[in-house]
Amino acid sequence: MAERERDEVTGTETTGHEWDGIRELDTPLPRWWLWTFYATIVWGVGYMLAYPSLPLINTNYKGFLGTTNRMQLHQELKEVNTARAEKLQQLENLSLQDIRQNDELFQFANRMGAAAFKVNCVQCHQAGGQGAYGYPNLADDDWIWGGTLEDIHYSITHGIRYNPDTNEETRTSEMPAFGKDQILEPAQIDAVVEYVLKLSGQEHDAKKAEAGQTVYMEDAGCNGCHGDKGEGIKDVGGPRLNDQIWLFGGTREEIRAQIFNPKHGVMPAWKGKLDKATIKALTIYVHSLGGGVGS
Amino acid sequence: MSIPMRMVQMGLLGVFGLLALYMAANARDTAFAVHAWIFFAAAVLGLFWMARQTSYDGVRKQGVGDDEYMMDVVKAGVIAAVFWAVVGFAMGVYVASELAWPFLNWDTSNTNFGRLRPVHTTAVIFAFGGNALIATSFYVVQRTNRTRLAFGNLAWFVFWGYQLFIVLAATGYVLGATQGREYAEPEWYVDIWLAIVWVAYFLVFFGTIVKRKVKHIYVANWFYLSFIITVAMLHIGNNLAVPVSFFGSKSYSLLSGAPDAITQWWYGHNAVGFFLTAAFLGMMYYFIPKQADRPVYSYRLSIIHFWALTFIYIWAGPHHLHYTALPDWVQTLGMVMSVILWMPSWGGMINGLMTLSGAWDKLRTDPILRMLVISVAFYGMSTFEGPMMSIKSVNALSHYTDWTVGHVHSGALGWVGMISMGAVYYLVPRLWGRERLYSYTLVSWHFWLATLGIVLYAASMWVSGIMQGLMWREYDDQGFLVYSFVETVEAMHPYYVIRALGGTFFLVGGLLMAYNVWQTIRGRVRAGEAALVEARA
Repeated sequence: MAERERDEVTGTETTGHEWDGIRELDTPLPRWWLWTFYATIVWGVGYMLAYPSLPLINTNYKGFLGTTNRMQLHQELKEVNTARAEKLQQLENLSLQDIRQNDELFQFANRMGAAAFKVNCVQCHQAGGQGAYGYPNLADDDWIWGGTLEDIHYSITHGIRYNPDTNEETRTSEMPAFGKDQILEPAQIDAVVEYVLKLSGQEHDAKKAEAGQTVYMEDAGCNGCHGDKGEGIKDVGGPRLNDQIWLFGGTREEIRAQIFNPKHGVMPAWKGKLDKATIKALTIYVHSLGGGVGS
Repeated sequence: MSIPMRMVQMGLLGVFGLLALYMAANARDTAFAVHAWIFFAAAVLGLFWMARQTSYDGVRKQGVGDDEYMMDVVKAGVIAAVFWAVVGFAMGVYVASELAWPFLNWDTSNTNFGRLRPVHTTAVIFAFGGNALIATSFYVVQRTNRTRLAFGNLAWFVFWGYQLFIVLAATGYVLGATQGREYAEPEWYVDIWLAIVWVAYFLVFFGTIVKRKVKHIYVANWFYLSFIITVAMLHIGNNLAVPVSFFGSKSYSLLSGAPDAITQWWYGHNAVGFFLTAAFLGMMYYFIPKQADRPVYSYRLSIIHFWALTFIYIWAGPHHLHYTALPDWVQTLGMVMSVILWMPSWGGMINGLMTLSGAWDKLRTDPILRMLVISVAFYGMSTFEGPMMSIKSVNALSHYTDWTVGHVHSGALGWVGMISMGAVYYLVPRLWGRERLYSYTLVSWHFWLATLGIVLYAASMWVSGIMQGLMWREYDDQGFLVYSFVETVEAMHPYYVIRALGGTFFLVGGLLMAYNVWQTIRGRVRAGEAALVEARA
């Protein structure tokens, strides 16, 4: 062991220990460090007295403030619910039209609907309601099942093709698999594809399209759901074809695939999952996204 | 080492190899089969190596007494640390890029973020950090106790056993074998293997202290020892599980619900406390006084802050579970202890920084010292940020956000990374008997790249995390949520890109270190720098 000696730079004594050339100064604890350490301990004791902090035999020490996380949460929720109670009641009782006409209530429903949309709907319809492949755009005026307040409300409440066996009220329609089930000949499918391209104003083979029109109007009866001019029929959920808005793509190949073996989207019925006021608020919000139509 | 002893060791290894073969033959799933074959290969390689050694073993090792330090295992540990550093940093850059550009997940289960993230965390914490700790602890415990490592070549078992653990862990994650416990993902049989290796590590380290040739035990060894003991306790406590089959990788935790959650974070936070803090303080207490050539600032502070840190850290885990099903009183205790932990943590910072009294001028000329000192600065920052984030009202904003990720990385890159890399630069010339490093200019480049990388990383995660927390809790005047989750994700994209860039800087620094270490071991000096040294002399 080395001797205690005085360090020249600091003027402090060393402890006299030495390991592999390392020595230690005998500096006292820095005062600010010690007092801050004490202060945190004092604060800690105070905090533990105020809040639930120590286990006892059958329960725990509750703290003199008598509060817990859950009590604070319940209190906050209670305050919010009290403040909203009146408007929620109105949402539940008034008709969609009345809510839409009342400026204050419309604002409230719109905000409430926007919040509910962000939690429940964006997964498919995207953040702005702009939709995605297979999921309809809600911000335009191209509605498959109708864009009035009542139509939208019905779609949200009962869903689309949502457990149709047990949920009789859900909106259901199914396009036949014209190719897979051999309802149409390959040449007929080729022809009707060209006709759909023509309807939507795209480049097409004029001769085939002419033959396709016969298939559309007679052989396959596409007009039964999609309308004579491809304008769509909302009562049966037949999408409009004479525009550039597509659910499963509008290229020649994508149209052919949809005729051959169609894809069908499913939307949940929100009845029972969301309360009445929330479904109404969602209706108001979706209606206001840009495409809502009057009744 | 006597021949009979070697025969016993080889016999044990042979039995182990046969057991591995038996496991492989009966394996119920791919991950378990792959791991059994890895065990078998390790046993065969070990036997082969031992057989080749044995013929002249007795002669060669004769006369090796306590006076001769065992430095080969330290050399191996340093090389492993540098290797795993580069691997771990590269994985970090990759998973950061997966978050910024999700197509990099490639739509396969093996390469998605969920599986590669634990490869990154294990590679940096346990592979890089762990090897740096094993290497430096073996170096420091020998030199400060003036005695050779205890128990013959058990230290080599620790080294190779630990590398085997790392390989098993990483391959398991990619194959989908995981317990899903933070920083303790490996499945039950890998845990058992690590427990065996860790007990051997304890025996070597503690045995060396027991046969020391000095009266007092140096502070660095207290910290290393507290790390080894506590990690053993945490590892075993956290991994109590029931395997579905002795021939399958799946197991279920012994505990469930809130007790399981708090056990995970009791482990998780003390992995930070004793692996990433206490152990690296041990490193700091040796390498800073040595590199600065100054006495440690305060012996008394080292005692007080060591015991305060050790006693208080173990309570802090519940702050990871604020506002959850965890009982309120546990949350309160966790928070209070975390705040009280502030000064005990800072004791290490004060002792590190103030040891430079009278040597501050060296920072201008010595890039290694600069690295060691900035690590202590990052340590001080993280150990202030941590207690602050443990306060419930702050935690309500910061929890589950990128702020936590930024906090961890300012500690991991800044403190753990920098102190380890400084120690590597200190050790390499001494271990291989070189006069100097290949290049100090490259150390300086490494220092600046790493520092800039950390700043980019931490700053982007602060902004991203606080923004994320604020967006999640943003209500309009009617009391309705303003943002959807996906909108918060979209808003974070630019910061994810900056974070990946910061990580890349840190990785490039790591590559420079690997090159510098390699050239130093080869005994080279970078052209121009030798002349510079001569000119100065």
